[in-house]
Amino acid sequence: MRKYSVFAIAREAMRAHKGWEQQWTSPEPRSSYDVIIVGAGGHGLGAAYYLAKEHGITNIAVIEKGWLGGGNTGRNTTIIRSNYLYEESMDIYEHSLKLWEGLSQDLNYNVMYSPRGVMMLSHNTHDMQSFKRHINANRLYGIDNEWLTPEQAKAFVPVLDIAKTARYPINGAALQRRGGTARHDAVAWGYARAASDRGVHIIQNCEVTGIRRGPNGEVQGVETSKGFIGAKKIGVSAAGHSSVVMEMAGVRVPLHSNPLQALVSEPLKPIFPCVVMSNTVHAYISQSDKGELVIGAGTDQYNSYSQTGGLQIITHTLDAICELFPIFRRVKMMRQWGGITDNTPDRSPIQGVTPVPGLFVNCGWGTGGFKATPGSANLFAHLIAKGEPHKLAAGLNLDRFRTGRLIDEAAAAAVAH
Amino acid sequence: MLLIHCPYCEEDRSELEFRWGGEAHIARPENIAAISDEEFTEFFFLRNNEKGLTYERWRHIHGCGRFFNAARDTVSDKFLLTYKADLPKQPIAAVEEALAAAQDKVVETWEQTEGDAR
Repeated sequence: MRKYSVFAIAREAMRAHKGWEQQWTSPEPRSSYDVIIVGAGGHGLGAAYYLAKEHGITNIAVIEKGWLGGGNTGRNTTIIRSNYLYEESMDIYEHSLKLWEGLSQDLNYNVMYSPRGVMMLSHNTHDMQSFKRHINANRLYGIDNEWLTPEQAKAFVPVLDIAKTARYPINGAALQRRGGTARHDAVAWGYARAASDRGVHIIQNCEVTGIRRGPNGEVQGVETSKGFIGAKKIGVSAAGHSSVVMEMAGVRVPLHSNPLQALVSEPLKPIFPCVVMSNTVHAYISQSDKGELVIGAGTDQYNSYSQTGGLQIITHTLDAICELFPIFRRVKMMRQWGGITDNTPDRSPIQGVTPVPGLFVNCGWGTGGFKATPGSANLFAHLIAKGEPHKLAAGLNLDRFRTGRLIDEAAAAAVAH
Repeated sequence: MLLIHCPYCEEDRSELEFRWGGEAHIARPENIAAISDEEFTEFFFLRNNEKGLTYERWRHIHGCGRFFNAARDTVSDKFLLTYKADLPKQPIAAVEEALAAAQDKVVETWEQTEGDAR
């Protein structure tokens, strides 16, 4: 792999950009691998990368039904933050945020991580108490988070309406300055390039149709649309389709798959300096480097794999956006899309061993998996390599639904994240 | 937005009037205090989450307020059949029959009643 650098740009400029290499290869699958990862999104590709880089396992295939990064990795609103309430959550999201800070250098690929600040608006006394509890928990744990008055929030985001007569009045805000955004496609491409360089096979347009198991129940490999591929270890990182893939091994997981929608506006001049979320009226918004306002809506109430979603969900969000930021009322929306999120009962992810020997699962990231990409991938690689979870991810095990040790971020945030 | 037939009101109404109620035909164990942790996990947390035909409960919360059951395709989101809460799980043949019947039925959309068709 030729390194990307200012010298590479200069060299290519002199020869009409004819020397750029393909970023990753598309090999035919071998008959077997040491590890197979199902799902070539950010989490799956990242896990392959960290297995190769940190654990010396390079005989890996990442198998993808569609195209690389074409699922939720390419459909999210790219928000990064780590200001969660419970220690189990703070551990993994903060581990992830620290990796985000050095990811572009690590991958030699500009993932455009931009710590522009994530502000969560408080609209009532309950919000204020809940956010201050989060801030105190975060600061005690060494994670930055601070309380802003409405005037300070307005100074940070000048287009915010803080009038007392507003439809959704604001009585303060919580701000995590290290939170921000990154370029979601670049994350998938960067991990794919770095993993491919270390010998990982990325096999696209290859659907896993079954998981073959031996006489003792252990995994032997996967049946795919390109035939059987053997492996002693399989990591499932299939987001909204995790239930479907896990069912192939006879494992039931406590997930609901729901459509989640996002939309972008026509491009504007720079006007919005950070990410603003309002859990109470359910809207979140940021501005991409192209100038589009990136807006996240809610999930539909029913299970679905349709990758669309109801119109009333996005109009509800836009109603709120127009009230919070009256200046955006005449902005036109350009595109809308949906992705399938896998939601757990406690709204915390599942990463751990399964009752099937050799089968590992990383799922349940729900509506907030993008921010966790590097951290989740890094710890998933540890899990697959060692056969047991890293201490930062130990609480996220599948067994918590039997023991009752839930990590109830659903109650903590009272909203999708 | 979905158009949902309430089997009690016998009307097609917009999804805004309804609340999704989770997987249908799950019976609460009668000896709930005596069952094992595994059985409780199964009853309380584990759901089918099918890709394709699913049986689920809905509640007509802004209408008659009653729970009913539905058979729906989670890929197209199309409702195949809705039926009253006290009926047993409808076999797939009955679901397909209802779907075939529904295809002949005129749905009261704006296009059908106010728009070009009129």
